[in-house]
Amino acid sequence: MTDQSASAPLVVPAHRGLLGRFARRAEAVVLPLAALLVGIAVFSIFLLLQGKSPIQFFALTYQGAFGSAFSWQNTLSRTAPLLFAALCVALPARLGLVVIGGEGAIVLGGVAAGAAGVVFSQSIGLIAFPLMAACAMLVGGLWIGAVGALRYYRGVNETIASLLMAYIAIALMNHLVEGPLRDPESLNKPSTTPLPAQLRVGDIPGWEVHWGLAFGILACLLAWVLIEKTTWGFAARIAGGNMRAAQVQGLSVGRLIIGFTALGGALAGLAGFFEVAAVHGSANGSLAAGYGYTGILVAFLARHNPLAIIPVAILLAGFEASSGLIQRRMNLPAATVLVLQGFVFVSILMSDTLYGRFKMFAPERWRSA
Amino acid sequence: MESDLGLWVIPLAILGGAIRVSTPFLFVSLGEVLTERSGRINLGLEGTLVFGAMSGYAAAYLTGSPWLGVLAAAAGGAFFGLIHGLICSLPRVNDIAVGIAMMILGMGLAFYFGKPFVQPVAPDLPSIDFGWWSDVPQVRAALRVNVLFIIGAGLAFAMWWMFRATRVGLVIRVVGDSTDAARAMGLRPALIRTLSTTVGGAFAGVGGAYLSLFYPGSWNEGISSGQGLMAVALVIFARWNPIACFGAALLFGGAGALGPTLQSVGISEGYYLFFAAPYVLTLGVLIATSSPSRAMAGAPGELSITK
Amino acid sequence: MPLTSFSRRKFLKGTAAFAGATSLPTFATADAHAPLTVGFIYVGPKDDFGYNQAHAEGAAAVKAMEGVIVVEEENVAETTDVQNSMESMINFDGAKLLFPTSFGYFNPHVLETAPKHPDVRFQHAAGLWTDGMPTNVGSYFGYIGMGQYLNGIAAGHATTTKKIGFVAAKPIPQVLLNINSFLLGARQVDPEITCQVIFTGEWSLAVKEAEATNALADAGCDVITCHVDGPKVVMETAAGRDCFVCGYHADQSPLAPEKYLTGAEWNWAGVYTGMVQTVLDGGTIDNFVRGGLADGFIKMSPLGPAVSDASRAQFEAVKAQIMAGGFAAIKGPLNDNAGNPLLTADKALVETDIALESMDYLVEGVIGSTS
Repeated sequence: MTDQSASAPLVVPAHRGLLGRFARRAEAVVLPLAALLVGIAVFSIFLLLQGKSPIQFFALTYQGAFGSAFSWQNTLSRTAPLLFAALCVALPARLGLVVIGGEGAIVLGGVAAGAAGVVFSQSIGLIAFPLMAACAMLVGGLWIGAVGALRYYRGVNETIASLLMAYIAIALMNHLVEGPLRDPESLNKPSTTPLPAQLRVGDIPGWEVHWGLAFGILACLLAWVLIEKTTWGFAARIAGGNMRAAQVQGLSVGRLIIGFTALGGALAGLAGFFEVAAVHGSANGSLAAGYGYTGILVAFLARHNPLAIIPVAILLAGFEASSGLIQRRMNLPAATVLVLQGFVFVSILMSDTLYGRFKMFAPERWRSA
Repeated sequence: MESDLGLWVIPLAILGGAIRVSTPFLFVSLGEVLTERSGRINLGLEGTLVFGAMSGYAAAYLTGSPWLGVLAAAAGGAFFGLIHGLICSLPRVNDIAVGIAMMILGMGLAFYFGKPFVQPVAPDLPSIDFGWWSDVPQVRAALRVNVLFIIGAGLAFAMWWMFRATRVGLVIRVVGDSTDAARAMGLRPALIRTLSTTVGGAFAGVGGAYLSLFYPGSWNEGISSGQGLMAVALVIFARWNPIACFGAALLFGGAGALGPTLQSVGISEGYYLFFAAPYVLTLGVLIATSSPSRAMAGAPGELSITK
Repeated sequence: MPLTSFSRRKFLKGTAAFAGATSLPTFATADAHAPLTVGFIYVGPKDDFGYNQAHAEGAAAVKAMEGVIVVEEENVAETTDVQNSMESMINFDGAKLLFPTSFGYFNPHVLETAPKHPDVRFQHAAGLWTDGMPTNVGSYFGYIGMGQYLNGIAAGHATTTKKIGFVAAKPIPQVLLNINSFLLGARQVDPEITCQVIFTGEWSLAVKEAEATNALADAGCDVITCHVDGPKVVMETAAGRDCFVCGYHADQSPLAPEKYLTGAEWNWAGVYTGMVQTVLDGGTIDNFVRGGLADGFIKMSPLGPAVSDASRAQFEAVKAQIMAGGFAAIKGPLNDNAGNPLLTADKALVETDIALESMDYLVEGVIGSTS
């Protein structure tokens, strides 16, 4: 396997040194940022056509998303589930799999965490937290891992299977929290039994953002290490490039597929754990909040790079955090932020076509200038 | 007028449900078949569907004619398809990702411009009474078939014939199977894909118009509960065959009627599980009919989702 | 620990006030004559012909008051979203009175946000507040089951199949009370009448609501009402199937003018203006406020053209009894729909009875089950 790396197409000539490496990296930052500005410009024209002020709009967006300590908390508290949900897409994507049903793992992970919390309600947090989280990850991992297994053993398309299973998971969640797992005391909002105070995940000290954010960022970092720095990640990339060739090479593709889908699902399940233990205090219908679907967009915008998921998730959460302020101050409908997101994301995705077009990012072409 | 049909209500409701609910699935999946056969995927048809529902309702309300509404929905859908097609013609752009972004844009624009049309009541599309021979009101209701359903069914067979026996169909299939082969034949793959995506978008727009102008027949922000996304998935299920799409849409619509109907005959415990019937059924059929050796029989060779 | 979090909160407020001052100077001046900012938060679109619209109509009435600024936000999910929206209204708009109107906002979202802002009043639409909860939180609710009882009387006169239908979202106490009241109202007209119920499982799901309505019509129901967030689809579909309809939440008569019998509507305008006036006058709203027809918390839609004279007479007579107070729709002898006795002949649950708020049964004559 080690001789594979010799065939990697991009080998930076040593004499280009630090500057050359910097230029190459800069492309992946400069292009999306420029595209972001283009998207904002197009949206500004849209606003002008509506007779609204783009300047006021973006001043409010900044104020509502990043303009104060409160705004940052608002943004970051929306970020945590997106990180996990995006990883559930990005990890299988390394193998060329398009998994769009992370929502299913989130809701079932949440139910598992809620149910486990009831079982462990007499334990102290230090013991119960890992157990609850493990249950959530196990259920989420089995759910999306099953998608991978169906793909490998039965040739079932993972995109449609994961989507179908997301709908099934939501039905199952509703059935469980309104049926067998329902706390009879939860009269008008059917839920599992509330978690006792010692089983609630609190905020990161000094912030009003729960621990899910820190774990989400940690998960992104670890996923990056897994993909970029380990044999497994390397094997997955080869398999993602050409599944058949990987099999010929003797890679166990089945284990890779099931492993990466299950890991993605486990992380989505962890998002469900944090929603229950940090936000809702019990499992109920509010778990199906659509984070799984937003996560798909985050992952694709980040080009399935776990490190890039972090800023993209924050940007997206920031747009949503400022939505309320814009509704109230500019009398615009809630959908305005969706329109902005649409323009910005189409623009950023279009910028993919520009990679390699600019000489300043390609040190090997500098001399010929 | 009173007639108690007992358990006969169940098959009747499934039939009625299949006819009522399937049309949006049918149009969106036919549009997606056309798009995917040309080698491109448009995951954003959910947004196109919602925008079609809004623009169709708005146009029908403003002009008083539901058919002008359908036309407006088709035009809106075609516009979204065209934009998607043009963007994806750029090299190295990921069509799956752009589709998701276009879905958000379509929903955003539909909700934004649709606000003033939530309250007004627009005229409905007409339907044909195929149940005139029956005295049973339930039968008559189940067989009240909307014109768009008939058009959609006809379209499915027309498309099947087109892919099999016409030059246009062949051209689309060649482009979808191999860009290089298409170029060698002197075809322009980007153009053909963009046209296919545009027409596919128009179909999805019409599917949206059915939602807002016939069933359930009103415009609001919750009008679609993922029908567009599901329909795109049904295309893989139907293996890119338009007639199979028709069957899949009927199956899906009929299974969806199962949940409410079982409650109406007294089977009401665990109704969430019955509501999941369409998804469970589809997944079951999918697993049963798939096999690792012929994983993607019928898949266009250039399709990014199955490559 | 409480001290540090308190000072952090103060720090945040400082920055937020500063941020507010840069954009909208009026909010930054904290003198006593500054207008009162009131925030309304809706779980869905505020023009849904239903639950959210009823609250938005109340907000519109508050908007017309002097010395009040109303800020509104729609489509706010029952997640951290609503906590953030409330915080945002407090921090950026200086809101002192909040109406987070959706049921699921209360626990944990309102209960967790309220203690951080002791100077802000949180008014939540449901009878959920109990002793021991934060005192700056209040619950208010109306006896809308009485409205469904009156709907039932109109329905009982209109039905010819002796079968009426109810499209319901979830089997929670309030919905069950509405279903039972609807049937018991109809049985005042004819004790043979039964009511078929179909649960959709979601508060807002257009196609499923339409399918449920069709299933009811197929089962022979000829008068249909509902308890979902936006009754528009149910009303239009039912009227399309030639059924009569009874409205809920708001006035849906424009959707089916010929088929609309009457409807149970919230009447938040009077309630909200009253509460805001109390705050403007420097008073305190009670933590637990409930009311019915007589108190102006709910009202009935005007009777439609299809309502017969006999129906109108009975409707008005029962309405007058309800207005007089002490009326009980749920009274013995009463069995549930599995035949188990619920109330003996000498027992009655008047509209104010707290036992109604934990209803977990369907009464005899309702076809359906609670799980």
